[in-house]
Amino acid sequence: MPQTEAEIPGRVPDPIQGTKLRVQHLGMTYDRDGQAMPVLEDINLDVGDGEFICLVGPSGCGKSTLLNAMAGFLSPTSGSVAIDAETVKGPDPRRILVFQERGVFPWLTVEGNIGFGLSKLPRAERERRIAHYVKTVRLEGFENTYPSDLSGGMKQRLQVARALAVNPDILFLDEPFGALDSITRVIMRGELLRIWQTERRTILFVTHDIDEAVQLADRVVVLSSRPARIQQILTIDIAHPRNISSPRYLELRDELLKQIGLAYEI
Amino acid sequence: MTSLAKPRAWERFFWPVIAVALLLAVWHYSVVWTGTKVFPSPLDVEKGVAELAHKHVLWADIGDSLRRVAAGFGLAVVIGIPLGLWLGWNSAANQTLNPVIQILRPISPIAWIPVAIIFFGVGDHAAIFLVFLGSLFPILIACVSGVASVPPIYRSAGRNFGLSTPQLLARVVFPSALPQILIGARIALGIAWLVVVAGEMIAVDSGLGYLVIDSRNSGKRYDLVVAAMLMIGIIGLGLDFSFRRLERIKSVRWGLRDAS
Repeated sequence: MPQTEAEIPGRVPDPIQGTKLRVQHLGMTYDRDGQAMPVLEDINLDVGDGEFICLVGPSGCGKSTLLNAMAGFLSPTSGSVAIDAETVKGPDPRRILVFQERGVFPWLTVEGNIGFGLSKLPRAERERRIAHYVKTVRLEGFENTYPSDLSGGMKQRLQVARALAVNPDILFLDEPFGALDSITRVIMRGELLRIWQTERRTILFVTHDIDEAVQLADRVVVLSSRPARIQQILTIDIAHPRNISSPRYLELRDELLKQIGLAYEI
Repeated sequence: MTSLAKPRAWERFFWPVIAVALLLAVWHYSVVWTGTKVFPSPLDVEKGVAELAHKHVLWADIGDSLRRVAAGFGLAVVIGIPLGLWLGWNSAANQTLNPVIQILRPISPIAWIPVAIIFFGVGDHAAIFLVFLGSLFPILIACVSGVASVPPIYRSAGRNFGLSTPQLLARVVFPSALPQILIGARIALGIAWLVVVAGEMIAVDSGLGYLVIDSRNSGKRYDLVVAAMLMIGIIGLGLDFSFRRLERIKSVRWGLRDAS
């Protein structure tokens, strides 16, 4: 990694260094009771290597559909998704999707979950990685605990650790903190930023939480209501750690609310 | 004591013991008051158990019955679980075979006894076959529905980590369906124990079922009949109790929280 620890706190979003993921003219049509229902229309997006992108938009607009198409779980009706200039044809361990909740396997311990994707590695390497990611997501002491005995926040950290353990280039997160209480959610954002800054993965993060998007993202992609198009892409030009009462933060937040059509309404 | 109050430790044993004692008392005095010469009193039965144990037939019969259950039930597990996983996974296969399964399933294993004797002759194999038939369907049905209720998220996650279909079945679908499969297997074990007794009355000449029918036929020893019945009940309870221990294992307990 070219980035050193010392540079991280003052990090400003890098100009895009090489395109990691390219979405071109992506369209998605569902078939509902024999009627074609367009969900996504002509989505074009370039994501840089190591970039943190948030996808926001009205409820039910197709954010998750877009994420699933990029992760290879859905094949687009038209257009294409390419990662490293290679067309995405299906799910792949090089890019892991993290679900909103209940994504961890309840029949495996914390260690078993983190090691789930590592069965091909030699035992020593597997154990080293498990230990590393247990530490990364701060689950030390819970190695042999089953998910039913973990809190919601711990389960999501476990899911992130399981994803990171297979060393993916891209993490797709589908409202990963949506089911958590608001205090845990704020803590989890900090944890995710810390992990992103040390692990340097490309992250695509779907959220319906405006603050979450402005706090985390390098760029926020705003989708319109269904059929969704990209309405605007907002660059969050504030260095981490972000002061959430700074004028620039509030300005960007207002801009985002205005884009979604909710500014000054409450 | 209200139903919400937690029973004290001694109460958990005290009341069941009282209930058993009451049953024995009712039984005893019914025999005394009606003056029956045929039906045994609890004391006669106790002497009957002692007599059977003394002659060593009891242990041999218990051993034979348990062995047949182990073979038939074991065979049902070994065949039923993979078959059930496959049917649950492959809806085309399920649609093809489901009518056959649904027609065979309601046929009591007892009705199969003549057929079993044609197939295997009088002997162990016929009894094991009956036990197998009785326990196969609950396991099969539990597997199919267990697979159907695997959350799609688990399958997606498994695929995302690069698992092939056989790996996905072994590492995601099976463990996810296991709590339900265990419930089916427990029901199957109960049925296996019912069926082995019935099968032994006709198809073989050993085991607890044979002991019941033989005690009646050779000298109308109803004390021995009831003694054998009692052993059947106690061993059945023991089997269920041992099986329930499996459900406490942590890797399945997550799915059995609201199962009794």
